[in-house]
Amino acid sequence: MNDIILTSDAMSVGYGKKVIVSGIDIEVRSGEILTIIGANGAGKSTILRSITSQLPLLAGTVSINNTDITAMSTHDIAKTLSVCLTDRITAEKMTCEDIVSTGRYPYTGRLGILSENDRKIVHEAMKLTGIMHLRDTDIRFISDGQRQTVMLARAIAQQPQILILDEPTSFLDINNKLKLLNILKELARDRNIAVIMTLHELDLAQRFSDRILCIKGNKADRTGSPEEIFSGDYISELYGITSGTFLPSFGTAEAAKVQGEPQVFVIGGGGSGIDTYRSLQRQGIPFAAGIIHENDIEYPVAKSLAAELIAEKAFEPISSENLQKAISIMEKCSEVICCTKYFGTMNAANKTLYEKYKSMTEA
Amino acid sequence: MSQKRAVRWTLCFSILLILTAVFAVLELVSGSTNITISEIFKAFTGKNAGSAANTIVMEIRLPRTISAALLGGALSVSGFLLQSFFNNPIAGPYVLGISSGAKLTVALAMMLTMQSGIFLNSAAMVGAAFIGSLLSTGAILLLSGKVKNMAQLIIAGVMIGYICSSVTELAVTFADDANIVNLHNWSMGSFSGINMENVKVIALITIITVFAAFMLSKPMSAYQLGESYAKNMGVNLKAFRLALILLSSILSACVTAFAGPVSFVGIAVPHLVKTAFGTAKPIIVIPASFIGGAVFCLACDLIARMLFAPVELSISTITAVFGAPVVIAAMLNRREQKRGV
Repeated sequence: MNDIILTSDAMSVGYGKKVIVSGIDIEVRSGEILTIIGANGAGKSTILRSITSQLPLLAGTVSINNTDITAMSTHDIAKTLSVCLTDRITAEKMTCEDIVSTGRYPYTGRLGILSENDRKIVHEAMKLTGIMHLRDTDIRFISDGQRQTVMLARAIAQQPQILILDEPTSFLDINNKLKLLNILKELARDRNIAVIMTLHELDLAQRFSDRILCIKGNKADRTGSPEEIFSGDYISELYGITSGTFLPSFGTAEAAKVQGEPQVFVIGGGGSGIDTYRSLQRQGIPFAAGIIHENDIEYPVAKSLAAELIAEKAFEPISSENLQKAISIMEKCSEVICCTKYFGTMNAANKTLYEKYKSMTEA
Repeated sequence: MSQKRAVRWTLCFSILLILTAVFAVLELVSGSTNITISEIFKAFTGKNAGSAANTIVMEIRLPRTISAALLGGALSVSGFLLQSFFNNPIAGPYVLGISSGAKLTVALAMMLTMQSGIFLNSAAMVGAAFIGSLLSTGAILLLSGKVKNMAQLIIAGVMIGYICSSVTELAVTFADDANIVNLHNWSMGSFSGINMENVKVIALITIITVFAAFMLSKPMSAYQLGESYAKNMGVNLKAFRLALILLSSILSACVTAFAGPVSFVGIAVPHLVKTAFGTAKPIIVIPASFIGGAVFCLACDLIARMLFAPVELSISTITAVFGAPVVIAAMLNRREQKRGV
């Protein structure tokens, strides 16, 4: 396992005397991606600003390679730790290459003139992030996604051991989000850089982080692997989700279910019913769904959206009680939609249910 | 591309240096007495000592030419420093009221000392102007903490300028009759009446200060990305900001002490330089602004002297005519780019 490169011990962060988050203990190893998640205003950015000494710590310490950062010179910090922020760059007449070149700041002389080696490192960073074609373009005239990538290249050119990014994926489309996060993965794996970032996209946090730090109610609530954090109702609690349901396995949320007497009965299974559930939810029609196994791919969606759900235990054939229950609910519905085309041994009861429905309409 | 840039920069620098030489010569030869270039050479080499032409060149036109060039350069660099500080291309010593603050303290100092029959030496004038610059800058900094909007800050600066100017006018109204003419001329802004002794002080102050500003190019380039990035790159923000303010105040104080308030040069020249050089890198813009400011002020002074000769216009009359449209262009340019993104 890699060495611990950054630690925070009982760190409290905030503005002025107002503590926003307290008691933060972080240990970040080289080559590891740590993502900080939490609700708006929870203090994620404040933590990053404190680690990077933009804000003074209100309590506790932050150490890099076992040295307290307050004992390090700004110059030494600049050589170990670089940042990529969402601040808009308003600099006039600077090409993307000029911007990336500023990453060499801690390494250049009194006047900041780049050496041949500095230039090489700048170009490498630009090639790695795929922005070489933008080198002569004015930073103000490129898209948000490109600008974010340029700022990442700048941070890479600084040759840090720790890379800190504040919401690097904001403003980016899905393709650019994935590209950027893949670059971070590469940096962590190939260059052994420790990455600390904040993310709003939980699905991406789940897929790209090695560890996740959750901020809730003025404290570091939990730290763990994505598997540990994305389990049970924890994410729902963390964000206090009230108008919808978070599905940990998908890393995403469903809208709030429509309550009431079911008007439609949906026979689904194997993921076939998901589109129908969402469509009914959008139209504001309360519905019942069944009979779905608890290990079915669409079970979490059906559970979140159906006013009534008839579910069977995983890997068990559907019991006759559940079938009877389904029939009685179906009889009260004005419409039945059968989404699945396949009936096998395990969901044989659904076929019975469907035939029952057909006989009802014929009668 | 870096090759292409190097060519462009060399070309621009060469043009600026040639223009400086051309306007300097024009300043020396033109005037109510026509003086030929050969007479100027003779004056420089001291071959014609005692002649009228020699006196005109060495005691009137040469100090005026050198001071117009140095003070023009000083104003432009001062403007560029303020623009970097406020991250706003339309900040400058004149619009932020810093020149007017210097004007006020210099006028007060001059009046007080004239009453007791003492003539202020150059250093004392600069000192008084420096105090005035710092007072105005201090007021602007206090306000900048309160107003986040740059346009509001500029308006506040213009208002501070008006307040200082009216207090100056008030003081001039109650000054001794004998002093008024002198004071009035100076408070309108002019490069006339600067002697060789003054020039030495001007040269010393501007060259040292501009060199110090040049040595700040590296942190300035980091600061262009914003405070957070600058801090991460290891810039000591407090010291850096203080240095910017002190250097720009010294430069505008020096200009005001000797030439009175000169309008818009501080904004117009850096903007023109950035456009011509196609970069905002301080390491290029600082020397280029210095030379560009020299060209701009030499040209404006020439026009001020010659347009309605023998009547001489105040320097600000001319710099405003040429400078203000550039300021408007800079402002529109900034808008457009904001929208473009």
